[in-house]
Order: sequence, then structure tokens, then C-alpha cells
Amino acid sequence: MTAAPDTAPARPGGLPLPARPIAFALFCLALTLIVTAAALPAAAMRPPDWMVLPMADWINVTFAFVHEDLGLTVLTRAFADLVAGLLDITDNLLAGGRGGLGLPQIPWAAMAISGFMLGYGLKDWKLGALAGGTFTWLAVFGQWQWGMETLALIAVAAPLSVVLGFLLGWAAWRRPWVEAMLMPLLNIAQSLPHFAYLIPVVVFFGVGDHAGAIATVIFATPPMIRLTVLGLRRVAPEVVESGKMSGATRWQLMRYVRVPTARAEMLVGVNQVIMQCLAMVVIASFIGAPGLGYKLLQYLQGLKIGKAVEIGISVVLIAVMLDRLSRAWAELQPVHHERGTPWWKRNRLLLVWLGLMAAVAAASGLHDWVAEIPRRKAASTAFLWDPIVDWLAVEAYPYTNALRGWLLIHILIPLRDAYLAAPWTAVLALVAGIGWNVGGARSAAVCAGFVLFVAVSGWWDRAMITAYMVSVAVALAVAIGLPLGIWMARSERSARRMLLICDTFQTFPSFIYLIPVIMLFGVNDVAAIGAVVIYGAVPVIRYTIEGLLGVPPALKEAVDMSGGTRRQRLWSLELPMALPHMMVGLNQTVMFSLFMVIIAAFIGTQDLGQEMMRALSSNDVGKGLVLGLCVAFIGLMVDHLANTWAAKRRRALGLG
Amino acid sequence: MTLQDPAAPPATAPAAAAAPGQAAAPAPAIVCEGLWKVYGPDPEGALAGPTPPSAAALRESGHVPAVRDVSLSIAPGEMLVVMGLSGSGKSTLVRCLSRLIEPTAGRVTVDGEDLLGLDEAGLIRLRREKMGMVFQNFALLPHRTVLENVAFPLEMRGQRRQERRRRALEVIELVGLKGREDHFPRELSGGQQQRVGIARSLAIEPDIWFLDEPFSALDPLIRREMQDEFLRLQEMLGKTIVFITHDFDEALRLSDRIAIMYEGGVEQIDTPDRIVMNPATDYVERFTREIAKARVVHAAALADPGLSAEGEPVPGDATIAALGRRLVESSAALIPVAGPDGRSLGAMERTRALDLLFADAP
Ligand SMILES: Nc1ncnc2c1ncn2[C@@H]1O[C@H](COP(=O)(O)OP(=O)(O)OP(=O)(O)O)[C@@H](O)[C@H]1O
Ligand SMILES: [Mg+2]
Repeated sequence: MTAAPDTAPARPGGLPLPARPIAFALFCLALTLIVTAAALPAAAMRPPDWMVLPMADWINVTFAFVHEDLGLTVLTRAFADLVAGLLDITDNLLAGGRGGLGLPQIPWAAMAISGFMLGYGLKDWKLGALAGGTFTWLAVFGQWQWGMETLALIAVAAPLSVVLGFLLGWAAWRRPWVEAMLMPLLNIAQSLPHFAYLIPVVVFFGVGDHAGAIATVIFATPPMIRLTVLGLRRVAPEVVESGKMSGATRWQLMRYVRVPTARAEMLVGVNQVIMQCLAMVVIASFIGAPGLGYKLLQYLQGLKIGKAVEIGISVVLIAVMLDRLSRAWAELQPVHHERGTPWWKRNRLLLVWLGLMAAVAAASGLHDWVAEIPRRKAASTAFLWDPIVDWLAVEAYPYTNALRGWLLIHILIPLRDAYLAAPWTAVLALVAGIGWNVGGARSAAVCAGFVLFVAVSGWWDRAMITAYMVSVAVALAVAIGLPLGIWMARSERSARRMLLICDTFQTFPSFIYLIPVIMLFGVNDVAAIGAVVIYGAVPVIRYTIEGLLGVPPALKEAVDMSGGTRRQRLWSLELPMALPHMMVGLNQTVMFSLFMVIIAAFIGTQDLGQEMMRALSSNDVGKGLVLGLCVAFIGLMVDHLANTWAAKRRRALGLG
Repeated sequence: MTLQDPAAPPATAPAAAAAPGQAAAPAPAIVCEGLWKVYGPDPEGALAGPTPPSAAALRESGHVPAVRDVSLSIAPGEMLVVMGLSGSGKSTLVRCLSRLIEPTAGRVTVDGEDLLGLDEAGLIRLRREKMGMVFQNFALLPHRTVLENVAFPLEMRGQRRQERRRRALEVIELVGLKGREDHFPRELSGGQQQRVGIARSLAIEPDIWFLDEPFSALDPLIRREMQDEFLRLQEMLGKTIVFITHDFDEALRLSDRIAIMYEGGVEQIDTPDRIVMNPATDYVERFTREIAKARVVHAAALADPGLSAEGEPVPGDATIAALGRRLVESSAALIPVAGPDGRSLGAMERTRALDLLFADAP
């Protein structure tokens, strides 16, 4: 074992000093192993076969047992039926599906007007225009059908996630043992890549829209659980006491005091659920969920980039719309009406809406286009994109290709080879050393444990390729994001603007990021890394700005008064103070990058993601989960290191 | 002023003390005996020994004695004011008496009923029928209007909508918030929010009323109005009130007795007169040192029934400060004192009264 026993006297607070010698020894060990790689026995170079545990088989056996012998099929089938039934209804109403209530499809004009009124009612006319405009865009550009199929899925998955998340969160809040059980599971669940969810769902529920919805529900529930617990816990004890003194029973306390008071947090949870749903619904197209994601996948596979861009815009519009609407809902504060306001004035918006709906119903009898714009007649922006795509393919190709070639030959391939050539024992020693340096024996053991799991999983090489892609992407993301963040943080105004942009970017489903890079580089490693870089740079920028803005003004003034220049202030005060927060951003970048690298497998990489795609197509739950856990554990290792470091640093800086 | 008897045990004065207009001692409304609330790693264990530990010993072992061995009894219709520095355990004591927190040890009886033995349903019944509380930080429900907040206890009791609305409007008017029924708490100032909290606790006309710094956010004018309102209510309805305040003047205006807390324990519980004249402990003496005693002590407290004197008697419920002129201008050694019904209470020594009057002068 490389994680040596704790010989140094344990000092409270885990100061790095006594831990250093051991960390240093571990680093030396790693270095020696690398230098003497040629002389090492094969078992020290790559995890030998006897070490590899057939975890996939175990999981498959367990799954089969649970699935068939425990009669879980009855449960899963009931759930699948429920979801399918609900989907029939929403699909019927929104996308004109034939199941469900057998009602006519809602005319697009009605949806657009409702969207506008909703946005207006929740916030202002701008939000109304965004919502109304999004629906109009979908209708006018012939994407109504797909867009509504996507929305129909979300309309089923999001409420289910919210209910499920609320119930679980409530249970966790109520019973400490539920929380103790749930929280580690949530940690793993939230660092499992999207694909890892798809495989068991396919095995249990087959493929199709209901399977997509179920995968989405499972994927989107964790944030709701967390925020429910948080919200319930944050309710001021005095408010609860006031409820008790009013003679409220337990149920009344929950219903009338706790839940309404925790409303804000829970609605933030709803917002996150909706965004997660959208991200997953797009990816669920891999298991046959219909809608925009499915079309996007088709176009990307067929390299119809112009069309893909158009769909991408739709997805982005829907994402921004859903995000802003649900956030406006969360921020909405009740406002009172003056006494004696007549009821029609209180419900003015509702009445206007009803009137407009009636008008639409009447108008759709006059002209078909009010109800639906036929796809053949629909406008298209492809004429806009196609020339750009063509131009990129013809004119820019030599340049992008040269860049690609240079990157591949001089950086990517050598790096990849270096990662692959590193003895696994050296990686273990290195990681344990880093762990020890950051958080002492415990962190060393945690990190070594994660690496060992990867080693015995049998996917060492694939994991190293994943690690290589993530490290390159993260390095590039930091190289771009850090200076940009610092530059943007120079004034309050530009910082706010940049944060808004980051916000918006973060609402896009990750899949979307593939479109521009494929446009530029085609389908290969460089494109994949490019997508990861864009996706991963966003948190770097965001947390850099937030960290710099968070430096107490009094300290800045103190430096200014000592005659420091801007640069001196940045280096001697702001960056060190902001570093812990930036570390959290880096952590998120790594997480995002891991997810994105796995998704990018779809455009042909050779890492864990590619194997996961294979597991998906062969319905191999065990393999899929083991691969997913490998990814999750890499992520959790970085998460552990970053958070431990940031917490320690914060304490040292007295930032609470 | 000399310290009378520093060795005297912290007085847990008999309940009969000074409930006005209650001749025969009725059954007390609230009794607590040996009440403890200890926070920390092992509260029960910390109290397990044969003799109760001292505050210092508890702190030593990492515990916080928020309420330390408190015994008191409150007569029906009495207004007990609890005073003490921040963190001395006032709120915790009141929460133990309403069982919002479980005491670590001790007994609490409310109207003869063992409070700590009640099950959940019993507790809910008791709170719906008998108890009201105003909270230090208002504790309003943010998503409900003023009207809905005030009607909340009635709603919990299952009262009909029209009825609770009518009652809520009544008390809202009483606290002077008429016209703001439909506002939300965040649309109100601190003082207005506090009055909503008071109105809420008034809505069910509780017999026992816990008030945790209920006027802290009010301006002097409204504060005075509310105090008058309280006095009126108590006189009319004879409520039992436990009132926490930091304001000694307020305590004087309202209280029948004052309990002074220090580090979780009750140092002294007595009428204001006796607290300033005979502080039971060093701490109480220091606590009351800055107080203008002539404004606290009443003539009745100085009157010695064994003495008698000639002349026009002074009323027993007048403070020494109010009698200042008479004291200075008179030349008699003894001044007669009469009770509210005109009966003689004896006489007081003029020099003692003068000492008090001038003790506060710099
Ligand atoms: N939940 C708790 N956990 C630990 N200690 C507590 C808790 N609640 C109160 N305390 C401690 O108990 C002591 C008494 O607190 P309490 O709130 O009763 O004081 P208080 O007299 O009402 O003060 P204030 O005048 O500021 O309202 C304080 O030292 C406080 O730190
Ligand atoms: Mg208090």
C-alpha cells in the first residue's frame, strides 16, 4: 500500500507540516517508478489481469436477481405505465399525439400567447417576449412538432422529479438515517455521466419516449432532494415555534408553515430540475426519446450542420426560456392589492388571457396557420447557416485542419502516450501524495481508494485517456477563463454582464456545445476537446469573477492606501483571497469536463465514453455502471481534493 | 444603600406575593420546580450527579446552562417580568414554560396539569385553548398577509372563515394596523411586524401569555400605547403574563413581580420595591445600581405598620419620587401612609425616604 500509516503526530486542524515528509516520500516514489518504468515488472506498469475484479458480472447478476427474482418488474412496469400514460396526455395536447385524452392539439398561437402572458405575469414584458418569441420561432421555423415532443417529455418528467425529490428530501430532513444513506448516493449520482443512467433504464424499461422520460426523472431528482432538505432546514426556528404556539398539528406545520416558508429554496430546486430535465431529454434521444434531441442527433450524425444549428438555437431558446420563467417564479414575491380593488382588476391578466384564448379558438377556424404552420411552408434559416458552414468547410478548412494537425501531433498524442505509459503504481503514489499534501492521511486514503477502484475495474487505459482529455481541456479552459475572468472583473458593470452571459451559457444542455466545434473541426479528438474547453471555461470565468468581487472592499482600500498599484493589488490581495472560491470553480470545471468528454464520445473518442456507448448499444448494465463509476470516482476524487483544499484555505484566510 | 443579607438563598418567593385584588391565594397558573435546560454534548449526563452542578462546572465540560435550576410559581392574573442580560436564558426559560423546547430536568405545571407529561395532542389542545406567545424576532409567516397571519391560530383551531376574519380584523384594529390587513410582512416596518405578532397572539384570547420582548421594535409613543393596552387587557381579562424586557421602566409600569436572571439562574424574584431595596445577591445589587430607586419604591414599601404619625397620609402606591415635594417640605420625622382603601398602613421615616430620594443624585 502506498498510503503509509500515520506516523506523524496528528495535529488538530490537519496542518500540512507534519504531513509533508510523507507526501514528499510519495512523490519521490512516484518519480522513481516513472523513471525506472522500463525495469518494472509488468504488474506494476498496468493493473494485471488477476487484479481485475469482474464487477460488471456481479452487477449484472444482482440486477437480474432484483429484476426477475424479487419481482421488481411489477413495480417498474407500474411506474413505466404511469409515465407512459402521462406522456400520452402531454404528447396529445402539445404535439398532437394520438393517445391520451384524444383532444385536439393546442394551437401554436395559443401556446405563444400563453407563454407571453406567463412571462409578463411573472416578471415583465421582456420575459413575456422571450417566452412568446420562443414558441413563435419554433412554429415559424417548422420545429413545432419536435419542440413540443421535447416539452411533452419535460412536462411529465419535471413534475415527477419534483414530487419524488420533495418526498425523498422530506424523508431525509425528517430522519437522519435516511439522510446519511441518501447523501453519499446523491454525491455519486450527481457525478455519474448522463450515459450511465441510460443503460439501466434501457434494461428495465426498454427504449422509447417513456424510457427517456424515466431516465430524465432519475437524473433530475437529486437537486430537488438537496434543495428540499436545505429549504426545510433553513426555516427559522422561531417561525416554526410560532406555528406550534398557534396549536398547529404536525401536518399543519408542514403544510402551512414549513413548506410555504421554504418556498424560495424549493423553487430553486424546481428550476434546477427543469434544466436537468432539458439536458437529459436531449441526451435521452440516444435511447429513442423523440423531440429536438433526436433530430439534433440525426443531423449531427448526417453532418447536416446547418440544420443542426437551427435545432441548436431552438434548444437554446427553450433552455433560456424555461430557466428564466422558473427563476422568475422563484423570485416572485406576493404583492397585495389595495382594499376594495374589484375582482376583475385583481384577475386582470387571467381575464385577458381567457379572452385571447377564445380569440385564438375562433381564429383557428378561419385559417389553419393559426393552429399549425405546415412544415413545408415553414421558414428556415438554413440559408443563413449553410453558406457559413460551407465557407468553414472550404475556406477555413486549411487553417482549422492545420491547427488540428499541429495540436494532435505536438501536444495531444504525445500527452496521451505519456498518460498511457505512466505505470499505474506511479499514478497511485502520485495521487496519494497529492491527497496527503492536501488533507493528510484521510484524503490520501480516499484518493488512493478511488484510483484503486479504477485499477481493479479493468478500464485503466480508457480511464487514462479520459483523464488525459480532461486535463488538457481543463488546462485550456483555465488558460482562457482565468485571464478573461480577471479582465471582466475589473469593473462591477462588466463583471455583472459577464456573469449573466455565464448564467445563460450554463443553461444550455451540454450536447449543444458539440455543434460549433463540429462545424469548425469536424468529428475528431480536437473537436471533442474544443467542446469540453468551451463548456468548462464557463465555471472558471464565473468563479474567478465571483471570487474577485467577493474580496472585502475594506481590504482593497487598505492596499490602495498603502500605495499599491492595480497589479500589485491583484497579485498580493485579490487573487490569494479569491483562490478558494476559484478552486470550487475549477472543481466544477473538472466535473463538467468529465461529463462533456463522455458525451463527446459520440463524435469518436477512445475513452471511457466510447465504451459506455458500446455498453449502451449492447444493453450491458454492469459494464455501463462500472464505467460510470470510474468516471464518477475520478470526479469525486477531484471534488474531494478541491473542497478540502478550499475549506482549509478559507479557514486560514479567516473567510469563515 | 446597604446590602441586606447577601447569604440569603436566591429568593423563590411564594406565589401569593402580590397579585393585586387576589385576597385568598388561588391555585397558581404556572409552577415550575428545579427546571434545567442544558445545551451541550451530554445534557442529561451533566446533571446526573447527586448534587446539581454549578454553572462553572457545566461550562468546564462544554455545556451551556441556558436555564439553571429555576423554581417559581406564577399566580393567575399575575404579570411576571423577566429581566437579565442578553444570553442570561430568558427566552429559553419561557420556551421551557411553553414546552417549545424540552427541559433537561424539572417539572412544569400549568393550571394544575403536568405540562411535560402531556402527549402531542394534549399539548396542541393546551396551546390552542390557553397559550399565546409573542416572539422576539416576530416570527411571521412570510407568505401570508397580515390578516392571514393574525387569523392563523384561529385557522389551526378550525374556526370558520368568516368568523376568524372578523376576529382578526378586530385585533388588527386594536394594535393600530387597520388598513394594512392585506400587506405582506416584508412590506411592513419592524415595529409594524411586531404589532402583527402581538395581534396574532391576541387573536385567541389566551389565558396564559408569553411575551418575549414584545415591544422592542416599537417607537416610544406606540410602546406606551401598547403598554396601556396591555394593562387594560390584563385588568379586564385577568390574564397571566410572563413578560421579557430589557427596559426597567417598562418592567416597573407593568410588573407585579420581577425575576432577575443571571447565567440561567433566577437570582431574585420579587416586587420591584423589594428588589431595589433588598437585592438578594451581589449581582442583583449591581444590576439595579443605576436605577433611580426613588422612582421604583412606593411609600407602602417604606411604611412600618408598627409606627403611626399625625397628619395627612400619603397614598401607599405613590413612588418616593412622586412624593418628593412633600418629603422635602415637611419637617415631621414620620409620615403616615394609607392604602388605596384609606386604611392606614403605618408610617414611614422621612429620613429613609429622603435618603432614597437623594441616593440617585450624582
Ligand atoms: N439551541 C441552542 N444551542 C446551544 N446553546 C443555546 C441554544 N439556544 C440558546 N443557547 C444558549 O443559551 C443561553 C441563553 O439563551 P437565551 O436565548 O435564552 O438568552 P436571552 O436571555 O433570551 O437573551 P436575549 O436577551 O439576547 O434574547 C445563551 O448563552 C445561548 O447561547
Ligand atoms: Mg431572548
